[in-house]
Amino acid sequence: MGYFGGFLVTLRQHGYKNKVTTEYSGGRVFRRKNNDAKDHKIEKPERLHGRHVLNRYEDGMEKCIGCELCAGVCPAKCIYVRGKDNDPDNPTSPGERFGFVYEINYLRCIHCDLCVEACPTEAITESKLFEFSFTNRNDAIYTKAELLVDDQGKPQHLPWEDWREGEDLLTSGWMRATAPAGDASFEGVVSWSGELGYGVRAPEPTQVMRDREDD
Amino acid sequence: MDAILAIDPLLDGKILWTPLVIVLIKVLLVFVVGLVATMLMVWFERKVIAGMQNRIGPNKAGPWGLLQTLADGTKLFMKEDLIPEKADRFVFKLAPYLAFVPAFLSFAIIPLGGDYRNGNGGMITLFGHTTRMQLADPPVGVLFALAISSIAVYGIMLAGWSSGSKYPLLGSVRASAQMVSYEAALGLSLGAVLLIAGTLSTSGIVSGQTSLGNWNVVTTGFVPFFIFLIAATAELNRPPFDLVEAEQELVGGFNTEYASIRFALFYLAEFMNTVTMSGLIVTLFFGGPQPIAIGNTMIDIPFVPNALEGTIWLLLKVLVFLYVYVWFRATLPRFRYDQLMDLGWKVLIPASLGWFMLLAAQRVGSDAGWDRTVVTVVTALVLILGYTLLQLAMKVSRENREKHGAGF
Repeated sequence: MGYFGGFLVTLRQHGYKNKVTTEYSGGRVFRRKNNDAKDHKIEKPERLHGRHVLNRYEDGMEKCIGCELCAGVCPAKCIYVRGKDNDPDNPTSPGERFGFVYEINYLRCIHCDLCVEACPTEAITESKLFEFSFTNRNDAIYTKAELLVDDQGKPQHLPWEDWREGEDLLTSGWMRATAPAGDASFEGVVSWSGELGYGVRAPEPTQVMRDREDD
Repeated sequence: MDAILAIDPLLDGKILWTPLVIVLIKVLLVFVVGLVATMLMVWFERKVIAGMQNRIGPNKAGPWGLLQTLADGTKLFMKEDLIPEKADRFVFKLAPYLAFVPAFLSFAIIPLGGDYRNGNGGMITLFGHTTRMQLADPPVGVLFALAISSIAVYGIMLAGWSSGSKYPLLGSVRASAQMVSYEAALGLSLGAVLLIAGTLSTSGIVSGQTSLGNWNVVTTGFVPFFIFLIAATAELNRPPFDLVEAEQELVGGFNTEYASIRFALFYLAEFMNTVTMSGLIVTLFFGGPQPIAIGNTMIDIPFVPNALEGTIWLLLKVLVFLYVYVWFRATLPRFRYDQLMDLGWKVLIPASLGWFMLLAAQRVGSDAGWDRTVVTVVTALVLILGYTLLQLAMKVSRENREKHGAGF
């Protein structure tokens, strides 16, 4: 049949159960019925670039030191940071200074992750969340109050964001560095600081370990 | 003149106000049915093609996403209306209507139902008046459809030309070349049907196709139908012949510069034309609103009045062709431009012309009482001779081209 065989191929696809798209509707159904099957999100890659979080140390101190490196490196100029000297009696961060103002404009952010790479203290990282659609420009500008993780070390859930169970677990600097400086010999070596709610996270399994698990 | 203007038995003699009201109702009904059909066609196409590509397709607006087109339309109406600086403003604004209005006009001549059994001729009685379930039934019906579909070319051509930018211009040049060349094949394959039916009026053509063996697709010997289907696909600028708006080459072709409601009109016209063309194919080749019948036994839908049953049959038949168009789109990759022209000029036009001659010879032979086998053999020989000459001519021109070092 040759040329006409294609017609049968397309015809056969009807009723094929394994669809590549899912029943996602922006979380409306999920919020109403709390039913994931009717409003299903696709699994995201571990290192997907989503909305940012500002992390804290295990003792609750903020990691941000107000150095403005993230603002400097940002190609979209969407980050605005002002640092301030810490109060010696009641410091906000362990260092000399802390991030006094921290704002990200999500109408500009291109989620390139350069701020995360520039950050010397792993203060800013990206979560996996991209399902946040605000309806006015004020909501688009996330301030420090919204970006900072809560007392359990989880990202805050804003009303217009569509968080599902377990989605707020993989948010920290642990994600970005299995092989620091791109050197494979650092694979499996811990080179990140501890964080609130989780402590020092264990490294990901290396390629060799993964292969062994698969067998 | 009288014969041309006698559009409907309603309008014979003195015109009273009730016939006028009936005509107005019919106009409104055809318009609304056209719009709704287009809306559902867009949804149907997206849903079916989603099924063929293992996707879910639109399913959020309304039940099963039925209102998706309405949502898209509303969005397009709300969008900013842009006119490029270099555009010819008047023609730019006119072009969408030139594409949109013919789409509706040709819908007017398609019989949408009615009782065609027992030589009834599709007449129904409404408020004590006999009329047909179609807006107009001019004696030149099919010719009217052809004329209108050529006007639609102007819409696309002028849209591209008036945009004042390069890609739309290329798109419109392609559109006019393509539509002109395929209209020839379309008309010639239509000629075969008219030869058999002996009338140009659409209701007359439908009346002649009483049973399965009488359907024009059978009586014309299948070839004109396939040529018509291919040529119609090209005429509609649907895949695999959508070179007019080939995204990879021409951005959006003729409608690159169009936005908002003007774009919506083009979009609407395109799908409206698909529906109309399917209706035309069913009318010409598959008996339109006639029920499916083998010999004298016909499939009757119980509990439905005969007049409405015609509508149901038409709907079912049209649906098959709408599906076929979507199927084409999901299956076939786009043609290269020279392949498109080769198919049109070197295959479809000679084939439809040859078949038309064959049918005409048979017709003349049977009228004059000649021997059937002799007629067939002689026409076959003439066709073979014609084919050989055509091949020879193409060979010579190819050699000439190669001598002068031109492309393919």
